[in-house]
Amino acid sequence: MDFMAEFEATRSKSQQSAWRRLFQMKRGEWREARWGLIFISPWLVGFLLFYLVPMIASLWFSTLDFTLSNPEAAEFVGLANWRRMLFEDPNTWVSLGVTFLFAAISLPIGMISAFMLAVLLNSEDLMGKNLFRTLFYAPTMVPLIAAILIWSQVLNPQTGWVNRGLEALGINATGVDGLRWFDDPSLVYIAYTFIGLWGIGNAILINLSALQGVPTSLYESAKVDGASWLRRLWAITLPMVSPVIFYNLILSMVGLLQYFIVPWVLTNGDGSPQGTTRFYMVYFYKQAFTFQNMGYGAALAWLMFIVGIVITFFLFRTARHWVYYSGESK
Amino acid sequence: MASTTSNAQPTEYQKQQTQDEGGFFQNNYRLLSKIAITSLASVLLFIYLLPMLYAVVTSLKTDGQASDSRAPILPMEAVTVEIDGQNYEIYNVPLEDGVRELVLLDPGRRTSTFIDPNNPDAAPIEWEGNWRQLNPVRELSVEWGNYAQAWEFIEFARLLWNTLFYAFVTMIGTLISSSLTAYGFARFKFPGKNILFAVLMSTIILPPAVTLVPKYAFFINVMGWGGTWLPLIVPQLFGNAYNVFLLRQYFMTIPREMEEAAYIDGAGPFRTFISIILPQSIPALTAVALFHFFFAWNDFFEPLIYLAGSRELNPITVGLTEFNGIYSSEPNLILAAAIISMILPLLIFFFAQRVFIQGIVITGVDK
Repeated sequence: MDFMAEFEATRSKSQQSAWRRLFQMKRGEWREARWGLIFISPWLVGFLLFYLVPMIASLWFSTLDFTLSNPEAAEFVGLANWRRMLFEDPNTWVSLGVTFLFAAISLPIGMISAFMLAVLLNSEDLMGKNLFRTLFYAPTMVPLIAAILIWSQVLNPQTGWVNRGLEALGINATGVDGLRWFDDPSLVYIAYTFIGLWGIGNAILINLSALQGVPTSLYESAKVDGASWLRRLWAITLPMVSPVIFYNLILSMVGLLQYFIVPWVLTNGDGSPQGTTRFYMVYFYKQAFTFQNMGYGAALAWLMFIVGIVITFFLFRTARHWVYYSGESK
Repeated sequence: MASTTSNAQPTEYQKQQTQDEGGFFQNNYRLLSKIAITSLASVLLFIYLLPMLYAVVTSLKTDGQASDSRAPILPMEAVTVEIDGQNYEIYNVPLEDGVRELVLLDPGRRTSTFIDPNNPDAAPIEWEGNWRQLNPVRELSVEWGNYAQAWEFIEFARLLWNTLFYAFVTMIGTLISSSLTAYGFARFKFPGKNILFAVLMSTIILPPAVTLVPKYAFFINVMGWGGTWLPLIVPQLFGNAYNVFLLRQYFMTIPREMEEAAYIDGAGPFRTFISIILPQSIPALTAVALFHFFFAWNDFFEPLIYLAGSRELNPITVGLTEFNGIYSSEPNLILAAAIISMILPLLIFFFAQRVFIQGIVITGVDK
């Protein structure tokens, strides 16, 4: 079945049953429903006030020319902000491209590292498992700002240990034409990816717990059939943990779309070197809060939301081909 | 033919030997594999944590060492001695009778004059060669003062107070609202429950930017909350998806019998929730409290925009970023400040890791 049709079907079914239940409820059921709604009311009120209303307001803002310092002068401009954003402002697409390029480098590295470390931590031949698990998780507990400052010094071209280590191995790293991690457009994404690797702890743990859930009988019968370690990893482990990989993929993708703190702390949003770190969220921040273009900022935010939905939709569509749910028949 | 010898039946002795070898590897295969896997994990862990070691080492260096690319790895200073009221450095000088530690009295490009520190009245020693090629004698010299200096420059006490205040107020708010909401979703039937729960979960992937501009305009212009903590605190008093999900999963594992007994005794849903459910959910509540604490400790973007211009209200994250901008030429101080900011989260993690890790697994795997 087509995804949207499937979605529509489940939606209308649950709506139908919701209405039917509403009209046919007995006294005790009314009482229960009332208590349920009372209990969830804190979230419901918060959702209306801080999610639903602002989202709609944001769409409305995107049709205004609106500066916060002079709100009285707000003016309805129709789709002018959207036209400018989509067709006239090159920064929109450049910053979106920068974000995707970085994601294309950093996301596979992060996800593969998390998976492989989880496989290592799950190995029955690893001694001191709990200690290793705790210590591999520890960098994730380092506050992000502290991690950024530490990595920016470790990758310092002259005094950082990375370049001094490479120099000791005979690679020209600390010299004038050496490796300038944060100033060289071809290295800066790798440097940012290193910082990201200090944040994969949650992904490791989630992968690890999925690995622990794979029935050992599957491995045993594969061993009897003479399957190699790599073959077992590919044919048993990967499909069995694919739901978790999918979950990590969605969260990482959504997170990368909002990538902001690392470039902000390291460059203050100036995009150096050569505009390679002008990420979409940095551009949004500049428009909305530095230049106070609230209307244009709202349009940029909505575009980000739409792009996020399109990506999520796309990932869900591909999921049917590679995500394996053991409870489900093919 | 020559090849027949190699095809010949192995002698009894050779047979014995190969069997023994196979035996050795079979018996020790697990052990070897254990050693190999554990070594691999240790090496990877060492590399992974090396920047942390770098941060600690560099934070203990003096300004000069920290920015000198040829300084030794460990915080070391050249050894000096005082002779006749003047300080002189000691160098390793290669002489005919081996390398000796001598005081550099008169440096020169071709020849330099040294004296023996143990015997300063003896005749000076002439050495031929450029003194700059000599290695100074160094000793470990740890600059603990960097921490005190960073603590003061950054006004860490104030940053810490701001951060803790923010973390605890919102932690209590989110614990109350998230647990009430979670109980509502875990135990009661009401129309539209599944849709509402799906909406709740979908807020996880909603980019905060899409609600930010109107929220900002509302908080700053309508409510006049600019330069206060209120825009950061108030939205967090209404529960959030991760916390509700984790608590709901936990509540659903609690058997219903005790609640039913409480109802029979005449307790209402609120009494039941407070006296039966909450006491049994301490681990889940602790996990939520910890997650929230780490979230608040790391929160950067919203404090950055809402507290702009009110430096005295800055949390640690924003204060640390400003400090980095101002003292960028003194990596030792920056790293000392970074380490100060990570001590508390790391300590809490090491002591509470069991409940913490369980919480991550529940939110990550069950969904």
